Order: sequence, then structure tokens, then C-alpha cells
Amino acid sequence: MRFRLNVEKVMATQRKAVALISGGLDSLLAAKVMLEQGVHVEGINFYTGFCVEGHTHAIRKKDKAKPKRNNALWSAEKLGIKLHIIDIIEEYKDVLINPKHGYGANMNPCLDCKIFMVGKAKEWAEENGFDFIITGEVIGQRPMSQRRETMPVISEESGADDRLLRPLCAQNLPETLPEREGWVNRDELYDFSGRTRKPQMALAQKFGFDDYAQPAGGCCFLTDKAYSVKLTDLWASRGKRDYEIDDIMLLKVGRHIRPKPHFKLIIAREEGENNFLQGYKKQFITLRTMSHKGPLTLLDGKASDEDLKLASQIVARFSQGRDAEAVDVEVTEKGVSQSYTVTPLKPDEIEPSWRV
Amino acid sequence: MIELDVRRLMCPMPVIKTQDRIKTMAPGEHLRVTCTDPGVMQDIPAWCRINGHTVLTAEEIDHEYSLIIEVGG
Ligand code: SF4
Repeated sequence: MRFRLNVEKVMATQRKAVALISGGLDSLLAAKVMLEQGVHVEGINFYTGFCVEGHTHAIRKKDKAKPKRNNALWSAEKLGIKLHIIDIIEEYKDVLINPKHGYGANMNPCLDCKIFMVGKAKEWAEENGFDFIITGEVIGQRPMSQRRETMPVISEESGADDRLLRPLCAQNLPETLPEREGWVNRDELYDFSGRTRKPQMALAQKFGFDDYAQPAGGCCFLTDKAYSVKLTDLWASRGKRDYEIDDIMLLKVGRHIRPKPHFKLIIAREEGENNFLQGYKKQFITLRTMSHKGPLTLLDGKASDEDLKLASQIVARFSQGRDAEAVDVEVTEKGVSQSYTVTPLKPDEIEPSWRV
Repeated sequence: MIELDVRRLMCPMPVIKTQDRIKTMAPGEHLRVTCTDPGVMQDIPAWCRINGHTVLTAEEIDHEYSLIIEVGG
């Protein structure tokens, strides 16, 4: 009898929530908690260009054999919900370049990023007739964006206000609209807090989720130290903080060596990267060793004849002619090629400070 | 058959482009997506399963991947 009443109640007033799905465990659990309460849930996933999901598997040969699954898609499939993936590459530039709340340990503007994404989700919810927004946030889980003080900041600055519900820590937060209106039952939400992962793991087990993704650094490359150093170097050398999608991609590929402030070399480390860099031949000066086998190299920036000679010596160092007296290097710019015969640099002639 | 050329784009861009194209199509229509990122062979079928579309064929020819999708209702 009680069951029938519940079904009728649900049928009469089924509310709709849009869930931010990152591909990690927390957003998976938050969405599941809502589904358990009879809410209609659809997922939304934002692609900033820096997401760990996707593209690197297309570059490196060793990763090609076992293509990485897209964890946001995997989560949605586990949940049995629709997933809407939104390209925010252009709009995200302003978030990354001018974050009001600053950066985390690396170039990750997590708080501004969350505010932006929740704000986008709110717009989407309004356009598509959804009642509220949920995230997998947990108080104290992440040092920058998921603290007690940041929770209201995200709600307010995104404009979502009390239509933003965090099912995993709602009991530690003021009541939101969905709870007040009885669209969801606050007693069946959670009170997780702190950096521990144990409650999430227990809940995952309860729901029968195994094989979920546990990325170490978070959702994107901006939390990665090496990547952040490359991005900062790119901005410093160009004298302005800006980027295109190709820049973002190229920061993930190859060895980056900057022998002079005004140019940098991107040297393929293996066949997959070699093939990937081929696609950029028209946009960049390229170097390739002719007398010996060697990697394809792109030159980003401006280079004089002197610079090209130095670049050739570096490229020769990474070719099979590294110990030879002379190596022929072909330099091509806009379809026009010229040849340099150079002595490869010795290992100790490549300054450690050149490596980005 | 509607054609979508997303060669050189990396996942998840081919999925996003497929999604946006399918939004403008009617149930029963067919879309052929041509890509170069091998990740699409996993991601596009997963996206289709979730959103109620059917992958009719998926094949690799010369490092290019081609999928034919029937739009669901
Ligand atoms: S890790 Fe990246 S995607 Fe995730 S909140 Fe931080 S900046 Fe945004």
C-alpha cells in the first residue's frame, strides 16, 4: 500500500535534476542518490579542452592499443541516464586566464571553474525545463574548491542559489529548495565531509558500482604540475596570456625544449607523437634529420639562421646520429626547405633550464 | 544519408559534433561520421546506447573510422 502511494506521488510530480558528471565516483554517486529518490536525472559534462578524458589516447602509440574509455559516458551508462556533452573551450578561456578566485596548487582555477560550470548547468536547466542542479561535491574533499566557505560562493556566484543540491553532503549544509519543497527527502541524503574516500567507497559498494574511475589529480590537466609549467612558459614567451585549442593539444605532446626565449622545439618521443605532429606541418617550421633516423620536430616561435642551426643541433641530438660527426637536418617552412649539416650537441650542452 | 566529417578532431569533440548534428535530425535518419581518433570506436557507440540511437556499422579503413548511426525516436 505504501509502495503504491509512493509510485503515485512520483508519477504525479516527478522532478527533474541535471547532474554535473565528471566521470569520477562522486558525481556518479550523487546522481544515483537522486535516482533512488525517484528524481528524473540527466547528466551534463563540460569539455574545457583540458579534460583528462579523451584525446591523449589518440596520440601515443602505446596508449592506442588500449583506448581509454570516456568515464563520463561510462558513468551515464551505469546510471542509465542521458548525457549531454557541452563544448565550452572558447568561454573557458576567460575562466582560466582571469580567475577571480585565483589558482590552486598549479594552473587550476577550480573555484571559478565550478562556478562557471554550475552557472552553465543552471542555464541549461532553465532552457530544458529542469528543476534543480546536483553535483558530487563534498565539504573538505578538495583544498581549493570544496571547502565549507566555498559552497555558498558557488551557489551564489553561479546564480543557482538554492536550486543547487549536493546530495553527498547536503545534511551538513542549509536546506535547499528541492529539500524544502519535498522534491527530495533530506533524511535520505548524506553528510560526508573531509578528505577521506571511505564513505564514498562504501556507498559505491552499496549501489554495486565497481570498476569506477579514480583519477589521481582531479578532472583536468591544469592540476598537473608539468603541464602547468608548460602553459606558464607558453604565456611568458608570447608576452600574453592566451591560447588556442592547438596550443593546449601540443602541450600534451613531445619533449619541449626552449633554448631561446623566442622559440621552442616540440620533439616527438615516439611514432604515435610523430604521426600526430605531422598534422601540424603546415602551421609550424618543421625539422627532420635526413642522414639518420630521427623524430619529427616542430619549432614554435621565430628563428634566425643562427637559431635554426642551434635547433638542428638539438634535433640531431635526439636522432640516431647523436654520436655522429655530422648530421643532415632539413628545415621546412611554408613548403620551402633548406638543409643544415651540423654536429649534434653533447648531452651536457643541452642546458637543464631549456627543458620545459 | 547525412555526412559528418570530424577527421583530425580528438575525443570527445567527435562525440560532441555527432550529438549536435543528431539533434537536428529526425528519427530513422542515418548519419555517417568519419573520424581519425580511434577513441570514437568506443565513445560514439557508448553515447548512442545512452541516448537511444543505433550504430548500424562501425569500421576502420586506412586509419580512418567510419560509423553509420540511425537516429532513435
Ligand atoms: S580540476 Fe580542472 S575541471 Fe576540475 S574543477 Fe579544477 S579546473 Fe575545473
